[in-house]
Amino acid sequence: MSSGTLLVKRKRPMDMLLRVSIYAAACFSVALLLGIIGYVFYKGFHIVNWSFLTTVTSARKQTVGILGNLFNTLYIVIITLLIATPLGVGAAIYLNEYAKPGRLVSLIEFTTETLSGIPSVIFGLFGMVFFGNTLGLSYSILTGSLTLTLMVLPLITRNTQEALRTVPDSYRSGALGMGATKWYMIRTILLPSSMPGIVTGIILALGRIVGESAALLFTAGSGYLLPRFGDDFMKNMGKLAHKALESGGTLTIELYLRMQNGEYETAFGIGCVLVIIVLILNLLTKIVANKLKPH
Amino acid sequence: MKSMTKNKAVVEAVAQIIFTICAFFAVLAVISITLYMIISGTPAIFKVGLKEILFSTTWAPTAANPQFGILYVILTSIIGTTLAILIGVPVGVLTAVFLAEVASKELAAVVKPAVELLAGIPSVVYGLLGIYLLNPLMYKIELALFKDSATHQFTGGANLLSAVLVLAIMILPTVINISETSIRAVQPSIKSASLALGATQIQTIFKAILPAAKSGIVTAIVLGVGRAIGEAMAITLVSGGVVNVPLPFNSVRFLTTAIVSEMGYSSGTHRQVLFTIGLVLFVFIMLINILLNKLLKKGGSGNE
Amino acid sequence: MKIRRNKVLALIGACILTMGSLTACGNDKQAAAPTGSSQESSKQADSVQESSKQESSTSDETELSGSIQMVGSTSMEKLANALMEGFMDIYPDVTVTAEFVGSGAGIEAVNNKTADIGNSSRNLKDEEKAAGAVENIVAIDGIAVCVDLTNTVSGLEKQQLIDIYTGKITNWSEVGGASAPIVVVGREAGSGTRGAFEELLKIEDACAYNNELDSTGAVMAKVAATPGAIGYVSLDALDDSVIALSLDGVEATADNIKAGNYFLSRPFVMATNGEISEQNELVQAWFEYVLGDEGQSIAAEVGLITVK
Repeated sequence: MSSGTLLVKRKRPMDMLLRVSIYAAACFSVALLLGIIGYVFYKGFHIVNWSFLTTVTSARKQTVGILGNLFNTLYIVIITLLIATPLGVGAAIYLNEYAKPGRLVSLIEFTTETLSGIPSVIFGLFGMVFFGNTLGLSYSILTGSLTLTLMVLPLITRNTQEALRTVPDSYRSGALGMGATKWYMIRTILLPSSMPGIVTGIILALGRIVGESAALLFTAGSGYLLPRFGDDFMKNMGKLAHKALESGGTLTIELYLRMQNGEYETAFGIGCVLVIIVLILNLLTKIVANKLKPH
Repeated sequence: MKSMTKNKAVVEAVAQIIFTICAFFAVLAVISITLYMIISGTPAIFKVGLKEILFSTTWAPTAANPQFGILYVILTSIIGTTLAILIGVPVGVLTAVFLAEVASKELAAVVKPAVELLAGIPSVVYGLLGIYLLNPLMYKIELALFKDSATHQFTGGANLLSAVLVLAIMILPTVINISETSIRAVQPSIKSASLALGATQIQTIFKAILPAAKSGIVTAIVLGVGRAIGEAMAITLVSGGVVNVPLPFNSVRFLTTAIVSEMGYSSGTHRQVLFTIGLVLFVFIMLINILLNKLLKKGGSGNE
Repeated sequence: MKIRRNKVLALIGACILTMGSLTACGNDKQAAAPTGSSQESSKQADSVQESSKQESSTSDETELSGSIQMVGSTSMEKLANALMEGFMDIYPDVTVTAEFVGSGAGIEAVNNKTADIGNSSRNLKDEEKAAGAVENIVAIDGIAVCVDLTNTVSGLEKQQLIDIYTGKITNWSEVGGASAPIVVVGREAGSGTRGAFEELLKIEDACAYNNELDSTGAVMAKVAATPGAIGYVSLDALDDSVIALSLDGVEATADNIKAGNYFLSRPFVMATNGEISEQNELVQAWFEYVLGDEGQSIAAEVGLITVK
């Protein structure tokens, strides 16, 4: 076994080197990644207090508050998901249930994949010119939402498709065998069974929307004020609805602008809030994914 | 009975039509974006000339005699992305190896969620850390390196190297996550066969498992490249913003940051050239996707 | 699964209610009791009940409602934000929003009617006026040249400034400071501040920048953080994180600008498409406010020179 011993001996320095580099890389990555989260919290946590979260920045009173941005972020998320979810789920249903495999399906899947690979800057450019200028919406939450819809559509479609694929064919043939029509079968059997997968897709899209900035800078604008609510309920509703047509800066945009101006304290505060939101979304995804298992 | 069947048929037909429309919406979206990019990007090509845009090095869109040469910008994006990949992918894959093969179960259980969390953090946060921590550090290095240089233009730390480091850190979580998943997905039989034949753990990892996980790792690289070349907000402030030769300590402009910094105020030919830049970016990404997918196919068939 | 759908809808409804009630809290000077409660409902019920008291308004112009969109100069951010708040205190049903993307963008937006008012921190060019923009000057601002706090140089001659920005002088030792390289920071090509600065010094197209940043705030932040940097910012944005240089022996103060001694000054323009009298009543009310006593006192508060 002398050749075997030689072989092992020869390989050892290389082995050692690789092993060291594995540990080094891992240490580096982990330290870096944990350090990033840690530093953002360390720098930003003391900024995040009740007044930071519940007031609007006032130039005259020299106070800082991100309520306006929280509101805008929520608004954009809701409008985008309201538009993108039906479209995405509908597309996935068509691809999985109605379409015959072939050139058409490949085309649609290819274009969906392409859409997901386009950088957000280009979406921003397109959104600014098409939704903002051509459709005349200018800087508004709606412009931002429409742009983001294009961006999260592939995500929802793909996740829904995968969820639909996990539903056993026996469910489908069983329902159809009992005389149900296709739409009825989809509505009562398929969608409920694939709901966890669809919800995962929605939460992932939510995360993407919250973290997006390049596509929103020139579409949704940077407005941070909230409408002044008075006593009239209908008027308030009107103002709330009209806000969708006004410029609204999300948390990421506000972070970017503060960063640009060198107002690092506020920037880290917003960063802290964003990390917490991502954390919550991650947990939500895990909870929903766990629901998949008992099925 | 008949009317109920008729009703149901109508509902069915309507449902099918609605779903078909939804599906084609994605197609419509991509087609309209592509068309819009082409329509908006080509006028400048005719007005200014393809050669002048792609190969000239002077970018002065608002000068009395406007010039629109983006060669340096293209080179910056190419070099910047390549460097970011060269730094980020090895570190990422090795870390993935660590998590999937070397680390104990408890350690992996703690680290994996942290990596997943980081994959979801908005890019502006990375930019914030870059400008707050990295730039001052870079400036100190710059001052030390170019102490006696008469020709170096000092940038205060905002240069290509800063941008590359930020990009490399940004793609780490993505590369780690996907590589780790594909390493874990490798059939255990490959691992046990290799170990049974007498290979050490390291040999097993690098000669048996990684090649088997090739397609997943290539996917990770593709996604990493996509993220790096398309990133704008994180690197706008750390890269300096002047159109320059892409040397590590020069203030530079990427294709993406060129669009972002001038999109707001450009007009006329200037804006059309920005769309051309967008078109160039678009073409690059298409090329990269096709190229790397071809590599995937080659790699896949090579494994047979 | 009706229950799940209802739960999702209820969650959305609860979010909206929570945001609504937080808004009610946050917007009031007095602590109004948050009456919005999150109910589990199967409809999207945004029943936000405000018990907030309205700001006391002296005039009956609270009838005005709608929105005004301003786009333009980043130097005018402080002024625009302060004016917006004051204006909305008087007219709570009018929403004023402002985007800070640069003077060039502002004028273009007002010319192609995507904005009601275009903010510009320089005089309008002839071609901009020909396209329909009318120059309404609302304040005078100075451009301060600033350096970081460690710099020992406290003043420059006009020619030295020109030479620094055109790249002829590259080290602080050449202008009387300690030996350190000069980091030349400036603005992007569409900036009104840059346009005014280069025009006043007659160095258009001749500047050699190390950093081109997108806003006045960014320039100041960069200068503050970089030993050896020099940059130009709007006078009202100046704070004590940087030192403002005196030019030709004259300090950068509002008084010196008013007296005409400090040569780097430029107007703050709020341009409209057509005369003010041709605009809708919201815009007219805005200009009445801005050019009136309260608006001008806000301008002075912020650090600008009034036009009166």
